[in-house]
Order: sequence, then C-alpha cells, then structure tokens
Amino acid sequence: MSEQRVHFYQVGSFAVGNRLLSADDRTVQSSPHRTNSIDSGHRACQGCGEALGARYALDAAMRATNGQLLAVNATGCLEVFSTPYPETSWRIPWLHSLFGNAPAVATGVAAAMRVKGRSDVRVVGQAGDGGTVDIGFGTLSGMFERNDDVLFICYDNEGYMNTGVQRSAATPPAARTATTDVVGAEPGNSFGQGKDLPRIAMAHDIPYVATATVADLHDLERKVERAMSFRGARYLHVFVPCPLGWGSATNETIHLARLAKETGLFPVFEAEHGVVTNVSRIRRLAPVEEYLKLQRRYAHLFGAKGRPDIVARLQAIADANIARYGLAPERDELDNREDA
Amino acid sequence: MERPFAITLDVGTSRANHTGSWRVERPVYVDRLPPCNDACPAGENIQGWLYEAESGGYEAAWRKLVENNPLPAIMGRVCFHPCESACNRVQVDEAVGINAVERFLGDTAIEHGWSLPPAGPDTGKRVLVVGAGPAGLGAAYHLRLLGHQVRLVDSSPKLGGMLRYGIPAYRLPRAILDAEIARITDMGVEVIVNHTVHDIDVERHEGGFDAVFLAVGAQLGKRVNIPAGDSSKVIDAVSFLHQVADEDPPMLGRRVVVYGGGDTALDAARTARRLGATDAVIVYRRNRDKMPAHAEEVEQALGEGVTVRWLSTVERFEHERLVLEKMRLNADGFPEPTGEYEELDADSLVLALGQDTDLSLLEGNDNVEVRDGVVQVATTMMTNEGGVFAGGDAAPSDRTATVAVGHGKRAARGIDAYLRNVDFVSGDRHDLATADHLNTWYYADAPRTERPELERIRRQTNFEEVIGGLTEENALFEARRCLSCGNCFECDNCFGVCPDNAVIKLGGEVKYEFNYDFCKGCGICVRECPCGAIEMIPELI
Ligand SMILES: Cc1cc2nc3c(=O)[nH]c(=O)nc-3n(C[C@H](O)[C@H](O)[C@H](O)COP(=O)(O)OP(=O)(O)OC[C@H]3O[C@@H](n4cnc5c(N)ncnc54)[C@H](O)[C@@H]3O)c2cc1C
Ligand SMILES: Cc1ncc(C[n+]2csc(CCOP(=O)(O)OP(=O)(O)O)c2C)c(N)n1
Ligand code: SF4
Ligand code: SF4
Ligand code: SF4
Ligand SMILES: [Mg+2]
Repeated sequence: MSEQRVHFYQVGSFAVGNRLLSADDRTVQSSPHRTNSIDSGHRACQGCGEALGARYALDAAMRATNGQLLAVNATGCLEVFSTPYPETSWRIPWLHSLFGNAPAVATGVAAAMRVKGRSDVRVVGQAGDGGTVDIGFGTLSGMFERNDDVLFICYDNEGYMNTGVQRSAATPPAARTATTDVVGAEPGNSFGQGKDLPRIAMAHDIPYVATATVADLHDLERKVERAMSFRGARYLHVFVPCPLGWGSATNETIHLARLAKETGLFPVFEAEHGVVTNVSRIRRLAPVEEYLKLQRRYAHLFGAKGRPDIVARLQAIADANIARYGLAPERDELDNREDA
Repeated sequence: MERPFAITLDVGTSRANHTGSWRVERPVYVDRLPPCNDACPAGENIQGWLYEAESGGYEAAWRKLVENNPLPAIMGRVCFHPCESACNRVQVDEAVGINAVERFLGDTAIEHGWSLPPAGPDTGKRVLVVGAGPAGLGAAYHLRLLGHQVRLVDSSPKLGGMLRYGIPAYRLPRAILDAEIARITDMGVEVIVNHTVHDIDVERHEGGFDAVFLAVGAQLGKRVNIPAGDSSKVIDAVSFLHQVADEDPPMLGRRVVVYGGGDTALDAARTARRLGATDAVIVYRRNRDKMPAHAEEVEQALGEGVTVRWLSTVERFEHERLVLEKMRLNADGFPEPTGEYEELDADSLVLALGQDTDLSLLEGNDNVEVRDGVVQVATTMMTNEGGVFAGGDAAPSDRTATVAVGHGKRAARGIDAYLRNVDFVSGDRHDLATADHLNTWYYADAPRTERPELERIRRQTNFEEVIGGLTEENALFEARRCLSCGNCFECDNCFGVCPDNAVIKLGGEVKYEFNYDFCKGCGICVRECPCGAIEMIPELI
C-alpha cells in the first residue's frame, strides 16, 4: 500500500495541510479539531521530538478509534514531562505504572476491556527506547508472542534521556552519551552492539510492524490508521530527535528526523505478518555527515582531530540499510534532480 | 475538598503551567517581498494574484493584478518577464510561468467582459496626458481611480502607442489591444486623437490643467549616414512597422536587410518575412551573445527563416547591392573593423538602430530639464517644473512597455500627491524573500508548462498570433507551482509541527496566531515553514 502523492499542489503531500487539498487528503494534525492528546504546558524541552511524536501518533489513533482509546505509559521523559503532580497534560485516559512493565500493563488493560464487553475501546502502550528495547523488552516480547490486542509505540530518541542521556541498546555507534564517553580508539558508543527492535518485532510474526519519523506526518498517521485496522499485537517505532540528548539546535528536530531517513540511517518501512510490504524511498539522498554534523554527540568525529574512518563506518551502515530495504531514490526523482 | 493522605494539591491541567516564560526568542508571522514582485517594473503583486488563481479564483486574481497594471492580456504577451528571471522556483526546478498565467487571466477577463473598478470620487482636478502608449494609458487609469479628470491626447488616429504602431500583430493581436484600451477609456477618460501637442505650456494653460503627464515615447527612428544610391530603398524600422500597422505596408521587395540587433530589428525582419520577403537578413555588428534582443525572440525569428550576418556593419548601399564590413570583437568585447568586405544583394535596407524622442513640444519651456535626449524626473516622475511629469520611453527608462505602465502608475501617484499637496510616500518595502528563507523540501516536483507555438509554416505567411495561451487546467497547474515566497499560503506546517500546541489555527484573513503563553521559542515552526513567512525575534527580557 503506498501513499498517493498529489503533484498538482505547491506542497504535494509533504506539508501538514494545504487549503487546496480535499479534507480527506489532509492530516489529522491540520485540523483545528484534532484531539491534542497531550496538551500545552507540558514540561518537555524546547523542540522535543518525543512530545511531538506522541501527539502525532495518539491524535491519529484517536481519529482511527473514534475517540475510544486508552494509553499506558512507561516511565521516561514522556511520562515525566506530562504528569508532574498535580498537573497532567493528557486529554485522553492514560495510565502509568513502572519503567519496565508497560507492555504487560497494556495487555492487562486490553483484557479488562474485553471482559467488560468493551472491545471497542482500543489500547496503546507507549515507552521510550529504553523502556522498549531494554527494560521493557521481556514483557513486550511476551505481549507479541501472545498476540495481545495492543498497539505498542516506541518513541526512539536513542538513549535514556529522562535520567540524563545514558546509553540504551538503541543508541547508535559512535554517539557520545553520559555512559559512552569519547575516549579510546572507538570514542562514543561501540559498533556492533544494540538491538534493532523493528526487525525483532517482525521475527514474532505479529500482524503489523512499522517505523516512522516525526518528519513525515502523512506517513506516520497512515501507519497508525493501518495499525488500528488490525486486532492483535502491533508495533510502531517512531524516530524522535532529542535536542538535549543529541546536542542539536532546538529548531532542527524535524530536519534531523528527515535527514535520518534521507541518509538511510533510519529505514522507514512497514511489514505485515513478518514480511516487509512497503518502504519509504529516499527522495533527496544525503551523506551521513550532513546529519551527524548537526549534533554535538558526534562532534568528536569532525574538526582537526576528526575521525573520517568512523564517519565512513556510519556511512556503511546507511548504505547497508539502503541495500537491505531498497531505499534508493526513485529513478524519476533522480532525473528531476539532474535536469535541475 | 477531601484529599487523600499527604496530598495537598488538586490535580488539574498542565495549561496552568505557562511554559512561554522559558522563551528567549519569539516567532512572529511576517510578509516578505517575493522576488518576482520586486522585479516587476509595473509593481504587480504577483504572488498575491497567483495565490488567488491557485484556488481557481480567476476574477479575484485578475482584480488583484489590475490594482497595479490594467493591461494583463497585453503584458501576458509582450512583457519580457523579468519576474521569471527572479523567481525562486528555479531552486526547485524551473521558474513559474508567471507571464503565461497573466495572459490567461487577461484573456479570461476579456472573454467574460470584467470591467475595471469604477473611477474614484471626483476631485475636481484636471490632468492632461500627452501620448497614449502604455505610460499614458497606465497613468490615465490610475488617475481615474484616484478621482482626477483625465484628457488623453495622441497624434495618431488610434490609442496604444508602440503597442499598436511598433509591436506587430502576430505578437499582440489588435482585438486584445483594443479590448484592454477600451476598458480604460470606459472609466470616463476624455480622448482626443489625431491631435499633436506642439507646445506643452500653451496646451496646459489653455485647457486649464492642474497637471500634465508627458508620455510621448520615442518615435523617431535613428538614422546613420550610409552612402546610398538614389534608387536604393532605405527606411527606418519604426516607420516601416508603423506603416504596416496602418495597413499601408511599403514595398520592400524580396530581399530585405535589417540593420541592428535589438527586438525592433527582429520584429522588422519577421514582419518582412510575412509580407513576402524570401530573404530577411539581419546585419549585426557583434555576435549572438552580445545581441540586446531577447533570446526567445531570436529563437522564434530564426525558426521563421530569418537569417543573421553576425559581426558585420553596413558600409554602403547601391544598385541593389549592400557592402558589409566584417568586424571582430576586441578584448573588451567591442567590435573593431577588420578591413575585409563582402557583398549582399538587397532590395531594401531597414534601419533598426534605436529611437529618439521628439521633445519639440518642450521648446518653449526652460524649466523642464532634458538630458541624454530624455526628460529628467524625480522619483515622483515630476520634472523640474511643478505639475509637469514625464515617464515611459521619454524619460530615463529601460524602454519596455512594462516599465512604461509602471511609470504611468508612479506618475499618477506623484500627480495625486502634488494635487493634494501632500508628501509622496512609497509603500513599505518588506525584506526580500530570498531563496535562503525557503524550505524547499515541502514543494513537490512540478515541471513548467510551456505555451503552445503556432506551426512555423503558418507563421511565414500571415500575422496570426505565434504564441498560444494556456488552457485553464494548465494555468491552474502553473499558478500552483508558485512557492508563495515570503507569504503564508496556509500549508498548516507551523500549526502541525509545534511540540507545544502553541499555534492557533484561525482560518480566514488572520490564518494563524501564536499562543505566547505556551510557545517555548524552539523555532521549529520557523525552520519548517516552506515559504519563509515566520521570523524569530529576540524576546525583550
Ligand atoms: C518594434 C518594437 C517592439 C517592441 N516590443 C516590445 C516588447 O515586446 N515588449 C516590451 O515591453 N516593449 C517593447 N517595445 C518597447 C515598448 O513598446 C515601449 O517601451 C513602450 O511602448 C513605451 O511606451 P510609452 O507610453 O512611453 O511610449 P509610446 O508607446 O511610444 O507612446 C507614445 C505615444 O505618444 C504619442 N505622441 C508622441 N508625441 C506626441 C505629441 N507631441 N502629441 C500627442 N501625442 C504624441 C505617440 O503617437 C504615441 O502614441 C517595443 C518597441 C518597438 C519599437
Ligand atoms: C526500574 C527502574 N530503573 C530505572 C529507572 C529510572 N529511569 C526513569 S526513566 C529512565 C530512562 C528512560 O529512557 P527511555 O525509556 O529511553 O525514555 P526517554 O526518557 O528517553 O524518553 C530511567 C533509567 C526507573 N524509573 N525504574
Ligand atoms: S530530554 Fe529529550 S526527549 Fe526528554 S523532554 Fe527533553 S528533548 Fe524531549
Ligand atoms: S515562486 Fe511564486 S512568489 Fe516565489 S518568486 Fe516565483 S512566482 Fe514569485
Ligand atoms: S514551534 Fe511552537 S514552541 Fe516552537 S517556536 Fe514555534 S510556536 Fe513556539
Ligand atoms: Mg529514550
């Protein structure tokens, strides 16, 4: 299933909305009546990608379920910045228990709804990358294995941000964190480790697995909608830049997410029952430097004492992703660029 | 209220927490000046009318267009469109076909009989406009809008100036010209044709005019001294084209040589072809790169069988034989004679070496300053004599029809300020929306639509219009290619990308508003605005 690109409008379907688009072609976010699942006044940092990703995903899920939605949250930035007692930013039913048990709690809530005869109420579980790929991994794998009726969303900012930017199993190689200092022959996080959760989820043969970024709203919303059309365990992995943890300018959040996709470092695709069904191809191929240089967590790779060899290894990762998922730009896009 | 043990606060929404206090910079919506608008000599709000056209609001678009230029169907044909050269869309693919859409709007208006806005409330002031070319017509239109009475006089039997007597019909059909001129005169302009003004002061005072606008153009074809035998037919291009426009074409024979390298030379050669010349040869002293004529026009002329002798000057013309001297360009690009000669058979020679202004009507006036053959004016277009204004080809100008209409508008505003005895204020100039303000990621690839061209064979024999118009569908597509540089076009990006829901979507005129109670000043909205319509400014702390 691929998205319809409307070529006749100034902004095609890349922008949030457009007064010239029909209501059906507009995003949920373009509507003044969107839920705003997470309200103003939350304490996320300036330019937080996670706050944005959560609103995007949950507002889309609210539309897909006609407002019959309940969210279960793991500990992490999203939980902490939205609910410092006695305030809450949530405008949807929302529940928090622990850092590591969100998938299990979500399973329990779904079961409770079924018992109450309210299977129309759908459940979303959500966590940061730490809560998903590390401490929550056991309960998540169980949730997948039992095919519980939950959409689990991971907001991946590539580290334990809430506690001060420690490494997680989703932190990319060479990145500096509080626990992967830039010392030694391989400064920053090491190569060859970490977990690729979307692929692990696919290995569970669950009905639906997808990745998305905050830079392509149409794609993200469509995937949430698609996810809600299935019953059983579903997994959505959303790439959400973190200005604080990455040392990036607060206004670069969306641009960085776009570059992660356009370099091939973060493959955007979807899979059904363990098989990849759709990939978002690169539109304007960019070298990894362009993405890395905007983030201070990679600053040790550049400048006088830079490490072009490490940059090359990161480029190789991007190239491997491009090859694995077939992300190379479409021919006609390339032609257009050559003409220009 | 009963509270659980150790709980002292009531739960409530985070909206109580005004995170706007974190901000050190704030986003504000701005309008920047689109480069197309900046480049338009007639001062059109191109981005503004394209915005209306994008949603199919052609009448609204046309109304916005004629606020500045009452001749869109004409401009959509003859303007050399400097706007397109400035268009930011080249950063994405190719410039927006502004001129083609302008013509579509102009033609649609004529088809539907849309009329210009009514004249303004009568001020009781009377203005004499001398010359009914684009400058005079533009001035008459704007003066009527401002409520002044206008008498428009011209020595020719019909209005239009060089639009009628210079530019050939295959580029500007007369029905179009007539329709757009009639719309202006219908606003209540007193028109006197076949009347040459010989003394401006006499004419002004006898008629009791409060102000005068001199828009007499440059009617005199320049001559150079070329030894020519008695029997040799030599004519200047403006006279030639004028006679053709009068439907009284001179007999030039089958071999016509045109001397010069400007647009007028091309028009003369193409016209000669249409009148039956088998050979229409342009002789030009420099090479193609240095030719002042516009590349598109050159291309079209060559396509119609016009040929060019580059790097040549005409030495003499006798017994149906033209002697040419070959030139070469020196290091500075100037042509130098080589001493080598060649011959060319010719029945006639047309001189297209530029035009001079005939300012004999100023002979009795010592105040108006004439320098370099043209009337000197201030920014208001006023000459050194109070109440006497000048514009178009008769004033310092790039000598295009578009500059002339622009002068007409500016002069009308200058005259208005003079008559009301107030200072002339030109509108606020916004910062230029240069390409670095754009986030071009959001624009879809959409190649430009070209206008259809008349088949070549049909162009060699008649005066049918060469360039066709766009269909409605194509014009809409083209309008939608506009990036809306520097001006919000409601893409909802700022509303969508704010992590703090601090953008309020209002719809209607105001479009969006910031909620500074919650805006943390991250700047994402500015970064992701496709067209550069938001700016970060420091917060006063
Ligand atoms: C062959 C040719 C092709 C051209 N092609 C283009 C083109 O494609 N695009 C473009 O933008 N420009 C073109 N131009 C230039 C453009 O036509 C002129 O710059 C423009 O018409 C100047 O406008 P104007 O109103 O100043 O003068 P004009 O158009 O010359 O009008 C002046 C009017 O004043 C009248 N007049 C003069 N003296 C008196 C007097 N004493 N009393 C009463 N009336 C008087 C004349 O009869 C005339 O009607 C072309 C010019 C020529 C000659
Ligand atoms: C069992 C347990 N261990 C440690 C913590 C401390 N802790 C809270 S949030 C967090 C990191 C969250 O990281 P992630 O899930 O990636 O979310 P982020 O804050 O990055 O969005 C940690 C370590 C805890 N709350 N519970
Ligand atoms: S640390 Fe990162 S994820 Fe957490 S609130 Fe700040 S920007 Fe968002
Ligand atoms: S893209 Fe539109 S607003 Fe920008 S310069 Fe071109 S025509 Fe003007
Ligand atoms: S995106 Fe929101 S918080 Fe950031 S500057 Fe714009 S309005 Fe303010
Ligand atoms: Mg994290």
